[in-house]
Amino acid sequence: MTVTWVALAVLAVALAWPVPILLARASWPSRAPATALVVWQAIALAGGLSMLGALFSYGLEPFGPDLASGLAAFPGWVLSGRLPTGTTFLQMFAVSGGILLGLHLVLTLGLTFGRAERSRRRHAQLVQLLSAPMPERPGLRLLDHEAPVAYCLPGTTRSVTVLSAGLVDLLDDQQLQAVIAHEFAHATQRHHLLLVAFRAWRGSLPWFPIATRALDAVTVLVEMLADDRARQQVPDEALAASIALVASASDVTAVSSLDSGADAAARALAADGDSAERRLTRLITPGAPLGAGARALALVCSVALLAVPTVLIVAPAVLA
Amino acid sequence: MLTLGELERSVMDILWDAPEPIAATDIRDRLDGKELATTTVLTVLGRLESKGFITRDRGARPHLFAATTSRAAHMAELMHRVLGTAPDREAVLARFVGQVSSGDAATLRRMLDGK
Repeated sequence: MTVTWVALAVLAVALAWPVPILLARASWPSRAPATALVVWQAIALAGGLSMLGALFSYGLEPFGPDLASGLAAFPGWVLSGRLPTGTTFLQMFAVSGGILLGLHLVLTLGLTFGRAERSRRRHAQLVQLLSAPMPERPGLRLLDHEAPVAYCLPGTTRSVTVLSAGLVDLLDDQQLQAVIAHEFAHATQRHHLLLVAFRAWRGSLPWFPIATRALDAVTVLVEMLADDRARQQVPDEALAASIALVASASDVTAVSSLDSGADAAARALAADGDSAERRLTRLITPGAPLGAGARALALVCSVALLAVPTVLIVAPAVLA
Repeated sequence: MLTLGELERSVMDILWDAPEPIAATDIRDRLDGKELATTTVLTVLGRLESKGFITRDRGARPHLFAATTSRAAHMAELMHRVLGTAPDREAVLARFVGQVSSGDAATLRRMLDGK
């Protein structure tokens, strides 16, 4: 079992540090956002799996020849109030840590989804009362406010896209079309589920700079994916213009919204500026989409990332 | 046929405009051109009350209804959520372009012009 936990620990450390940093710095994700999103999900899942797997297979070593039999024998030993000979304090510490980490991850995921759902419901009620439906465009609502905003509010059955009067005034027809196509893409591809999951990951591991990086990367990639959908319907110029126009116009309103002066708001401001810049760059100087070979390689790597910890955890019991 | 949601919006608009608490029958009369039964209006009022948007004066006969806060206050809450100044920023929505600083906005404009 020693080989198993060492390998899992190495994988966990790699996925917590160097791998996400390399991916966050790489330039290819903006040329294949969908593929990059798959890789990020594989990193997050494999990272969690190998972290828990390493803790349990190290800690349960004295309880059985492999993880499965160790897990099976563990409750019996604990209930009898004894431990197998040779169990070290560090191993008990690892098992407790694994149990706590597992519970923590599951609870945070549940809490984050619950909180997002409550917030969404309240938001939907406000939108219902304050915005008017656009009869000619189902799924679109118009908010009577001068700030130029557009966003997608996900729903359990159907999502709504909200446009403000300020946005409609600011953009011409084609630019407006670009914004609507972009937001509809968020709704139909259900991007909010991905974002909530990564937000939960960051929420549960706030001391890992990596989880924040992953959330930032995923947030931008999801925007690029929606941009690509919009580009199928409108010229790149119209989409680029709408991004620059909305960003420039909303920096006026930024002053009032920053009155609360929180650090978080300032950080979000920088992140949003960076995101808009990266989206604009790929529209103005489009690189060729990533080749099929490279994309296939990235997908194979993702599958391998998930397969390695799974095999390390399961194989010893199967082979034994 | 109006959906329940649109009916809620019409009723809220009346209550936001009303200077003082009013009865369900008055609300029905002001929903002109909609020919609704008072019971329908009461159903809508019940839903709005359970969501906390209106209050009901049960001491009065008939019951009198009033908006909890102004339309402007609700709009402010909504915009706080949209612009990301609420604590659960963007937990539920994907904005087309987020808030950017004036420096970033200038960069974006230059990028577009320099094309």
